[in-house]
Amino acid sequence: MGAPRLAYRSHAAVAMLAGGILAAFTACAGKGGLARAPSPSPLPARTRASELRAVEAFASIADRAMRSKALFLEASRVMLHPRCANCHPADDSPRQGDDGALHDPPVVRGEDDRGVTAMRCSACHQEANLELARVPGAREWRLAPKGMAWVGRSPASICAQVKDPARNGGRSLAKIVDHAAHDPLVAWGWAPGHGRTPAPGDQERFGALVAAWVETGAACPDGERGEPKR
Amino acid sequence: MIVLSINGREERLDVDPEMPLLWVIRDVVGLSGTKYGCGEALCGACTVHLDGEAVRACVTPLRRAAGREVTTIEGLSKDGDHPLQRAWVELGVPQCGYCQSGQIMSAAALLSKKPRPSNAEIDQSLAGNLCRCGTYTRIRAAVRKAAGIKEG
Repeated sequence: MGAPRLAYRSHAAVAMLAGGILAAFTACAGKGGLARAPSPSPLPARTRASELRAVEAFASIADRAMRSKALFLEASRVMLHPRCANCHPADDSPRQGDDGALHDPPVVRGEDDRGVTAMRCSACHQEANLELARVPGAREWRLAPKGMAWVGRSPASICAQVKDPARNGGRSLAKIVDHAAHDPLVAWGWAPGHGRTPAPGDQERFGALVAAWVETGAACPDGERGEPKR
Repeated sequence: MIVLSINGREERLDVDPEMPLLWVIRDVVGLSGTKYGCGEALCGACTVHLDGEAVRACVTPLRRAAGREVTTIEGLSKDGDHPLQRAWVELGVPQCGYCQSGQIMSAAALLSKKPRPSNAEIDQSLAGNLCRCGTYTRIRAAVRKAAGIKEG
């Protein structure tokens, strides 16, 4: 497998990008396209890596599609966070840690994304985190299928995947919203146990962002220059 | 009270349901063949079967085993004559021996599902069983021998 063309390793960078787009949209609104110096944005251009902007922070983006793109970009900060992306690899190996290191011991996904014979995910991972042994756990602990790989992908690429039933587990957009807002394995990302960095914000805010993204037409952020469409 | 079967014998245990199965097996029931290595599911020395699936007893809460069948190295065969145990003896696999019951239990779980595994399948299934003596090549050879796979 070759190196990913675009490596969104830094969710903090995506946070800044989201904030920048937000500020730019706000500055340009109602200016008739004139190239003037942007007026100060009432919105925060940056947010801390641990925080997630609420849906309301995007209300000032008048253009529906632009607002939808910005909402997804914000939600993608959760998807690309190591607590989430580590189990969305494009290859057979789960990742671990904030640096996305290969899983130790060297497990592989197997045919059902739950490990191989005698080395199943459930051999070690329980239905809840083990604080003393430091082993993370939640119900249905498993890898996301390869078709749902996020590691090394851009928000635009992930957005296209999430909307594609062939690559999202056959889910409708309504089911995607429900998955984001209520799935117990998704919930683990904010309660990862043993000093692991949680995903930004909380599941309620993440679910609301995904819902608002769908309500605004589920538009995808623009791809990076040279990025192939997936 | 938690009821489970260990090596075919019913055990009724009045202990904390959160107690790791390894403690139950070794300290409560008194079967010492299953070893404590790391306590963090990283070495595989404590591998046992839970309804035929290999699990790490050091991180498995007792409540998960309630009403289920646990098999330890002592229960793998009646007389130590499981094909893996015979192959282990014939090839002189162990060095210090500490990890070997975990190695054999993982290998037994593999062979029960895949009677003639490839080398890659053996390596993947035993990847979580560490051997500090480095007996890996002999372990793989013994698994192949137990599976009836001829060398060369």
